Amino acid sequence: MSAAAGASIVSPLLRGRMFVIDQSRCIGCEACVQACEECGTHRGTSLIHLEFVDRGATTQTAPMVCMHCEDPTCAEVCPADAIKQNEDGVVQSALKPRCIGCSNCVLACPFGVPKYFALADQMMKCDMCFDRTSVGLAPMCASVCPSQALWYGTEEDFEDTRSGELMREFRFGAQVVPTKVATVVRDRSLGPLDVPAGQSATRWQDDPFGLGESL
Amino acid sequence: MSRLPVTEAELIERYGPHLNLEPPGGWNHGLEIDREVETHCCFCGQQCGIKLKVADDRVVGFEPWYDFPFNKGKLCPKGVKRYLQGSHPDRLLEPLVRDPGADGGFREVDWDTALQRTVAEIQRIQGAYGKDSFALLSGVSLTNEKSYLIGKFARLALQTANLDYNGRLCMVSAGAGNKLALGADRAPNPWSDIPLAEVVFVAGANVAECAPITTSYIWQARDRGAKLIVSDPRVTPLARTADVFLGVRPGTDSALMGTILHVLIENDWLDHHFIDEHTSGFADAAAAVRDYTPQWGARTCGVPEDRIVEAARLWGTSQTGMLLHARGIEHQSKGVENVLSCINLGLATGKYGRPGAGVCTITGQGNGQGGREQGHKCDQLPGNRDITNPEHREYVAGVWGCDVDEIPGKGLTAQEIIEAIHDGQVKGLLSICFNPAVSLPDTAHTAAALDKLEHYTTIDFFLSESAQHADVVLPGSLHEEDEGTTTSVEGRAIKINAAVPPPGNARLDWEIFLDLARRLGRGQYFGYENTEQVFEEMKVASHGGTADYNGMTWQRIEDEHGIFWPCPTEGHPGTPRLYEGGVFAHEDGRGRFHAVAFREPAEVVDDEFPLWLTTGRVVSQYLSGTQTRRIGALVEQYPEPLCEMHPRLAAELGVRTGDLVTVTSRRGAMTTPARVVESIRPDTVFIPYHWPGSRAANQLTNRALDPVSKIPEYKVSAVRVARAEGHVEVRDRRVTTLQERASGGASGGWTPGDGS
Repeated sequence: MSAAAGASIVSPLLRGRMFVIDQSRCIGCEACVQACEECGTHRGTSLIHLEFVDRGATTQTAPMVCMHCEDPTCAEVCPADAIKQNEDGVVQSALKPRCIGCSNCVLACPFGVPKYFALADQMMKCDMCFDRTSVGLAPMCASVCPSQALWYGTEEDFEDTRSGELMREFRFGAQVVPTKVATVVRDRSLGPLDVPAGQSATRWQDDPFGLGESL
Repeated sequence: MSRLPVTEAELIERYGPHLNLEPPGGWNHGLEIDREVETHCCFCGQQCGIKLKVADDRVVGFEPWYDFPFNKGKLCPKGVKRYLQGSHPDRLLEPLVRDPGADGGFREVDWDTALQRTVAEIQRIQGAYGKDSFALLSGVSLTNEKSYLIGKFARLALQTANLDYNGRLCMVSAGAGNKLALGADRAPNPWSDIPLAEVVFVAGANVAECAPITTSYIWQARDRGAKLIVSDPRVTPLARTADVFLGVRPGTDSALMGTILHVLIENDWLDHHFIDEHTSGFADAAAAVRDYTPQWGARTCGVPEDRIVEAARLWGTSQTGMLLHARGIEHQSKGVENVLSCINLGLATGKYGRPGAGVCTITGQGNGQGGREQGHKCDQLPGNRDITNPEHREYVAGVWGCDVDEIPGKGLTAQEIIEAIHDGQVKGLLSICFNPAVSLPDTAHTAAALDKLEHYTTIDFFLSESAQHADVVLPGSLHEEDEGTTTSVEGRAIKINAAVPPPGNARLDWEIFLDLARRLGRGQYFGYENTEQVFEEMKVASHGGTADYNGMTWQRIEDEHGIFWPCPTEGHPGTPRLYEGGVFAHEDGRGRFHAVAFREPAEVVDDEFPLWLTTGRVVSQYLSGTQTRRIGALVEQYPEPLCEMHPRLAAELGVRTGDLVTVTSRRGAMTTPARVVESIRPDTVFIPYHWPGSRAANQLTNRALDPVSKIPEYKVSAVRVARAEGHVEVRDRRVTTLQERASGGASGGWTPGDGS
């Protein structure tokens, strides 16, 4: 298999490793949320998102790390030019001296990643655990994730051990967003993942326990 | 007398649970890390490797231990936050005696006073009522060394037959089933066999929440093309991804497995060679399921016929397959039969003794596997020996250097000890690592028993809800404060390393037992200077038993990242996979089929109690919550028990998510918020069991026991549900900002009676 569709994965500081989210595997245990706040650079503050999609209907949960867009929308809309990418293309939290706390980035990010912290008056976000990845360690969330819905390794490792194909392009209406972080699709030849369109809701396994009739 | 010395509110105010929110010194403590100690998580039988960070003799954080082969750094939220049980404000630092006049109901005393009081009461009660009137309840969060020591202490120092343990609430059904059918009590396979299976069948196991790391093994199998079958009354997070989901009615597991066996036979999806050469009893097992047609199974289990047939086809036509079961099928008054019905499926298709083939229980408790092997159970001596077998007794008496008649006979099981207290046969109790006030069924009955005792001493690190009833509380040690071994879900003995010493005047558990033994005049049997000496004796005591540790040393266990038993001789590599070549542990080498006829659970629904109640765990809490209800981040994740119910039932009751509901059984009633979800059968409600008092699901559960394993029927009760006054916010989001933290977190806490 050749390189996955989407942005370049050349990442000197990450030593050829990459971050993959396969949300279908998520078991909602929140180990990622708990581990994120143990990270050395933002102790006590978890920057990953973990949401129940619709707990009334399903146990499906979705973890969300920063996708590290090639052209980050958060940086584009920042009036203070406070959001920077490093030489690996990893998008950083807002620079504290520059951030004016306007939350433009929070509103604009197509993936809903940046968080505005009122007490610090600063936007903070997932930086792929730069303190760990820059010294060859896996990010905290991908280290602990029991289902490995959050995964960190080389593309060769992925192809050797995991099913599915890597996708690094997402479509939001007319906007196509290439990202550094990949997600897993069954068939990437179908093109960028159309996020707002979603997939048609199909009843699962004769739908236990939807039971057909309206409630 | 052991009534609560002061009100529950006063006890909680003084002794907690309070929440530990931050590492010692706060998030920005800036402490230099002195060392990282390679050890294991204390919460559950997966026993994940973890490194604890230590500064100034306090555990201040963790680091993933990537090199430990079982979990390779992976942890669930309990593992991530386990370090916060140390340096906890609720930690007991001095011995306590009950004193209704003291602040919080207990008075601090010195060790000599506390131990003399306990010993005097043991001697008084045993003198008046006989040796067996003083019981010992223990637990399997303890190491193998402590388990062995407690087994020996009960028999030779306390000289009581009535020793049992909280593993009685965990995997005794699996243990009994495995012994009956296969001859040894252990999961037959290492977990590295799971990825090699063509089909993985998860029966009554909420793997995602109760054994989270096992999820990764199942996905490794699926990445290689394996199919996943899940049977459960709820669409658990793992079940959501299954290829075949069997949403069984609670209490019908043996009917499901019996129907699958029927379909295997009808379609000749059998391994006749294996059945002929390596098993016995097939004809009787087949006869028992002759009438268990898919139509019958569908009607009995409430599962579509074609799904049962599809599950049977996948299992029966695959060369390899792993069936994983846990408390869902085992916590029943027919837990052993359910296990045997699963084993029948393995034997019928030859799925034993090969890579990727086996039927395994998933141990729930930290040292659930090892704890019972070392003679810590009312019917067992070390090495999984039988306390009623004269040869076994003779061997252990030889190791202990005692007369064989000094070893008491078989005693009562945990729930039976509670009944014996009510009956007046048991008058005194010593307990450690067991919180029966929360974890046993029918909590009102348990509390009444604790209050009937003439004396109760407990060893604990926090004042658990059971310890609140005690006369003497001895402050013991945490997992990270002592050295020893445990045996994980795989039957792999692993090394537990001490990270820090016990704080204050708390003492190591084993030293407390040695001190008690000396004071009881039986110190000659307990001359250990450290727990490695206990291990060295334990492994000799285990030699020749099925769980043979004789060839192990602490050094080898550490160097080899664990050793699987049996390991009978020095240099033996250990035995990751049992029954290779189809040779089972019975004397004739054959695995035994059992005829399993379906019977209903002890209690069935009726007009008065029309719904099934099933109980279980959530991922952020562990057992009775003594430890995990004191860790802020874990409490925030799931702050209170929610009653899961289907939208159809909720509509009938006029209930929305967050509305309070009152759930009533023949034992009691509780009021708790509802969570309305399509992921549960419409005829069933679910409540997790980790909370005490008015929030205890075990107020409702049934004391009915399995006749063989004596496990209580936590998974099946009949209840009715009604809407109550009040509504609380139930959040499904995990987006905590500093602002929310500062204002008290994201949980929607309430107290019963608030009716907000």
